[in-house]
Amino acid sequence: MEKFIQLTVSGLTNGMVYALVALGFVIIYKASDVINFAQGELLLFGAYLAFAFIAQFGLPWTLGVLLTLVVAVGIGVLVERLILRPLIGEPIISMIMATIGLSSVLRGIVNAIWTPVPRAFPEFIPRTDLYLGPAVVGADRLIAIGIAIVLLVLFTLFFRYTREGIAMRAIADDQQAALSMGISVKRVFAVAWGIAAITAAVAGIILANIVGVSGNISLIGLRVFPVVILGGLDSIPGAIIGGAFIGLLEAYTGGYIGQGLELVVPFIVLMIVLMVKPYGLFGKEIIERV
Amino acid sequence: MLELNNIEVVYNDIILVLKGLSMKVDEGQIVALLGANGAGKTTTLKAISGLLKPDDGEVTDGAILFMGEPIHNKEAEEIVRLGIFQVMEGRRVFEHLTVEENLLAGAYTRRDRENIRRDMRRVYEYFPRLAERRHQKAGYLSGGEQQMLAIGRALMARPRLMLLDEPSLGLAPLLVREIFDIIQRINEEEGTTILLVEQNAVLALNVADYGYIMEGGRIVLEGTSDVLKENEDVKEFYLGLTEIGQRKSYREVKHYKRRKRWLS
Repeated sequence: MEKFIQLTVSGLTNGMVYALVALGFVIIYKASDVINFAQGELLLFGAYLAFAFIAQFGLPWTLGVLLTLVVAVGIGVLVERLILRPLIGEPIISMIMATIGLSSVLRGIVNAIWTPVPRAFPEFIPRTDLYLGPAVVGADRLIAIGIAIVLLVLFTLFFRYTREGIAMRAIADDQQAALSMGISVKRVFAVAWGIAAITAAVAGIILANIVGVSGNISLIGLRVFPVVILGGLDSIPGAIIGGAFIGLLEAYTGGYIGQGLELVVPFIVLMIVLMVKPYGLFGKEIIERV
Repeated sequence: MLELNNIEVVYNDIILVLKGLSMKVDEGQIVALLGANGAGKTTTLKAISGLLKPDDGEVTDGAILFMGEPIHNKEAEEIVRLGIFQVMEGRRVFEHLTVEENLLAGAYTRRDRENIRRDMRRVYEYFPRLAERRHQKAGYLSGGEQQMLAIGRALMARPRLMLLDEPSLGLAPLLVREIFDIIQRINEEEGTTILLVEQNAVLALNVADYGYIMEGGRIVLEGTSDVLKENEDVKEFYLGLTEIGQRKSYREVKHYKRRKRWLS
């Protein structure tokens, strides 16, 4: 029981990190049909920015996190502006290749500035032990889960109710019709990248707080693929539920079976999903009137 | 209000679709633009609303003036803000958005929240059926309801000029009549000027004040609806009548032509 609770908490923490990264992924895919292979590097960049502001410049963590988010949005919008916008109208595969190039560039910049040596992340989320029934869990993990859930709820509400959110969904549905309403496609793409950068940065901070900062944390970008394929590439609830599911699956496999199987199982799920339900659990249904 | 002077539109830098087209729409009017398939009607509307770019089209010559201001180089979003709204052919509702969200998307360029709510009620007055289905996904509406939604969505932008591209397409005759009645009401009650593209010439000339007839990228005939309805060529080719009230028999007249088409 004790082990189960601990595994559940750590699985959910990872799961929520996945969900945040997946959310950015889904938003960019929805708006522009582009699969962003640089999502993991956006997370890496966010984590190192926070590290720089808090540990290296010695800013208070509130200010540090705030600055990280601001800079992250700037980077997201800049990437859209400089790399993707010139490619609008080109084949989607060109844009996808551009994001792969971007991931190398971002990783290179991070290595150049901070060197690849892993470092400890300044501890600003308290790590005190809490008792959940019989199990001892770190408060930082519970707080991380809380932050992720709040953020995910906020973005879900944003998409459902705000003018900008409706515009983004409209563009995902029919780009030309959206254009005819005066919805600015460029602006929506920029907002999509900005949001993706924010969620990635928050995920980066949460992750770095648990495992420290190193180049390896960008690998999570690849581990998010099973999540988005499971939830559906264009579904926001899918990203959240897929994230939680894959996170828990990894934790339980790692805890009860071990042998490194937890690294493989998500990809087995990915293959099964692709065979059985290629649009994912919550992927956009194709509406056919009868 | 709207003036097209000798415009040329080229697709992919090579295909000339509009070859020096000129027309005028006066404030408060309903103007019909008629013509066969491929005459360039939709291209004309897209040239006005700035929607040529995604299709790789471009206005290469001439000028489009709206309230005296040239608009042929402007982006689609700017043109919407100036008060021109195109209802695209084939309804094009956002299928995964609810009816209400579709209407809100139509009001995207507006900031006045209070008035948006009021206009939404107004749209529901015009189309009570949409009110019943306001929380349903638009993809599940019937074809007629989707056309109503497309027009309602346009109303939400409060345009001064509405461009309607084949609102009768694929709808049952009774629904078509309902929609045309509402188009007329919108013109009268909201004071919205309307440029109407139609294949159904009888219907269009019945509601329009003025009409243009297009062929091969040019205007070949224009006049008030009454004059056009009496024109012999229009009667023969667009209204399908020889003498008033008598249906044209293809057996008599087009025999030779039809045979030839079969062969080529």
